[in-house]
Amino acid sequence: MASTPAGTLYRGREGMWSWVAHRITGVLIFFFLFVHVIDTAMVRVSPEAYNAAIGAYQNPIVGLIEVGLVAAVLFHAFNGLRVVLVDFWSQGPRYHRQLSWAVVGLWAALMLPFMWRHLGNVFGGGH
Amino acid sequence: MDVTLKIRRYNPEVSEDVRWEEHTVSMQPTDKVLDALHKVKWEIDGSLTFRRSCAHGVCGSDAMRINGRNRLACKTLVKDVNPDQPVSIEPIKGLPVLKDLVVDMEPFFDAYRSMLPFLVTTGNEPTRERLQSQQDRDRFDDTTKCILCAACTTSCPVYWTDGQYFGPQAIVGAHRFIFDSRDEGTDQRLEILNDKEGVWRCRTTFNCTEACPRGIEVTKAIQEVKRALIFRR
Repeated sequence: MASTPAGTLYRGREGMWSWVAHRITGVLIFFFLFVHVIDTAMVRVSPEAYNAAIGAYQNPIVGLIEVGLVAAVLFHAFNGLRVVLVDFWSQGPRYHRQLSWAVVGLWAALMLPFMWRHLGNVFGGGH
Repeated sequence: MDVTLKIRRYNPEVSEDVRWEEHTVSMQPTDKVLDALHKVKWEIDGSLTFRRSCAHGVCGSDAMRINGRNRLACKTLVKDVNPDQPVSIEPIKGLPVLKDLVVDMEPFFDAYRSMLPFLVTTGNEPTRERLQSQQDRDRFDDTTKCILCAACTTSCPVYWTDGQYFGPQAIVGAHRFIFDSRDEGTDQRLEILNDKEGVWRCRTTFNCTEACPRGIEVTKAIQEVKRALIFRR
């Protein structure tokens, strides 16, 4: 039985990499939801426990992680809409590459102002 | 010009190890990558093994991974593969490698066979041709171009990891008959493709469309089958 040795990375284009990014952001969002369910469940323990859990997030490291969270959610949302268009719009498969770049464009257009404001809050003393 | 080919070699009769081998050959920019492989095989190392038959992009024998992308070696010109750098040449991915660039195509053909890739009809044979309007013929024209080279199926990330998935080519083969107005086996084929390992495994990475040497819009064909399944009846 001949073995199938691992090859080099396949050089896919926009379609393949948006699929890879969709998977990665999906897993990241899943882990966030996992943590989020736990911290929100603290309110069933006591209001103080909930406040302590949320209070633990008020630091610059979590602030940076929040940038990653918003980046992942925005990409996953827009790319999800792209996948819907590819699935249900008859011209979607033909224009999938343009749709991919539209996703990246929209993502960047929303990320930049968000980072401006959010990082200003995180590192600028929170006002 | 001098071109360096970096070829992935594997011969289980000698060793289970895979190795990369480099050969530099003198080629014209308008020569095909297949010509360069011939030069290596005929003038440098006769043990290099690959499939090819017509050498003109019709038989579909010489699909291989050139610089990381599935291409027919006979349709790819040396000047188009960045010949200033070593050109990497590997077997297509997802099928068992038998030797060097030769893979076992049987799983691929099995998937194609399971699609009933022939005209299915009922009732008496007509005495003359089965007529079809130009418009009806055009409906599936794109998927008639397939040459079964497996470039699409072996570019699919789902096919690499899921041995049960039919793969893009089988769906192209089914599409050719599903949308043929003369054929009566549509429901049978749609039922086969409605399987968990059928069209729903497609994740629209478009690697297949990009890899097809015949320019078939493979992902579009798969999406059309998906929509036919959703909206039929």
